[in-house]
Amino acid sequence: MSHFQVNVSIRLRPSVLDPAGEAVKSAASRLGVNNISSLRIGKLIELTLQDIEEKEAKEKIELLCDRLFSNNVIEDYEYSLKKVYE
Amino acid sequence: MSKFKVGIVVFPGSNCDRDVCWALESSLDIKTKYIWHESSDLSGVEAIVLPGGFSYGDYLRCGAVARFSPLINSLSDFVKTGKKVIGICNGFQILTESGFLPGALISNSNLNFICKDVNLEILSSKGGWFQNSNKGKFINLPIAHGEGRYFCDDDLLKNLLDNEMIVLKYLNNPNGSNFDIAGIVNEKGNVLGLMPHPERSCDPLVGGIDGLHTLRNLLT
Repeated sequence: MSHFQVNVSIRLRPSVLDPAGEAVKSAASRLGVNNISSLRIGKLIELTLQDIEEKEAKEKIELLCDRLFSNNVIEDYEYSLKKVYE
Repeated sequence: MSKFKVGIVVFPGSNCDRDVCWALESSLDIKTKYIWHESSDLSGVEAIVLPGGFSYGDYLRCGAVARFSPLINSLSDFVKTGKKVIGICNGFQILTESGFLPGALISNSNLNFICKDVNLEILSSKGGWFQNSNKGKFINLPIAHGEGRYFCDDDLLKNLLDNEMIVLKYLNNPNGSNFDIAGIVNEKGNVLGLMPHPERSCDPLVGGIDGLHTLRNLLT
């Protein structure tokens, strides 16, 4: 049994307009940075899973991502997991 | 007053539950019962309203946490029996998050919280929620939301149109919704989700009565 540090990033699908990203992009240009061609805002979820085997950990994370963390109509996700304790 | 009773679901953060109660009881003489979201007992109610508000503070995504409440779990069987459910504003967001209605609701394209009366066109009378006659093809209802932009891909939009599931459309799209969509129903027509608030338009004293027909439809 191990513990895993998991980072999940959630992004709006490319086909979905991100008005918050557009607003930040326009603020960036006011800061003098004009060469940003695209800026999109996502979410990062950090969690620690404990006392679990790697295979089961991945299954649990995918369940969480599919059903709770992201909405597959508008978002994609990816995750990384790192063993932090045996 | 009939024995018919409408359940009004209360989540932590709901704030239109009492408006719905007022509209149903005072304007339409329909009995209501508040149902706390942790209950899964829907016995004794013939229809359900998911009211507006900010369930669970809109954490993660609007409606994303509320969909895991015991009540939403038991809603599945309720809907299958053909009983009527209406989700208003945050209630609409909960219905899309939980898969009772297709698509998703995301931030308004101008990022503003928009609170105003809007003109709407009735596209379909499926489910009987709106009267699609020449006389009543256009109605006016208030909206109040920050995340009401209806999103669907092209395939879903075609499916919605083919099945006459788009019931309500904005005349001057305020939030960037695809195809100006303001409200949809499920394929069967017994589940309605809409961003405008019919419960705030049930008495001439508060600006109109265009919401009466939709709420009265819970009875039929």
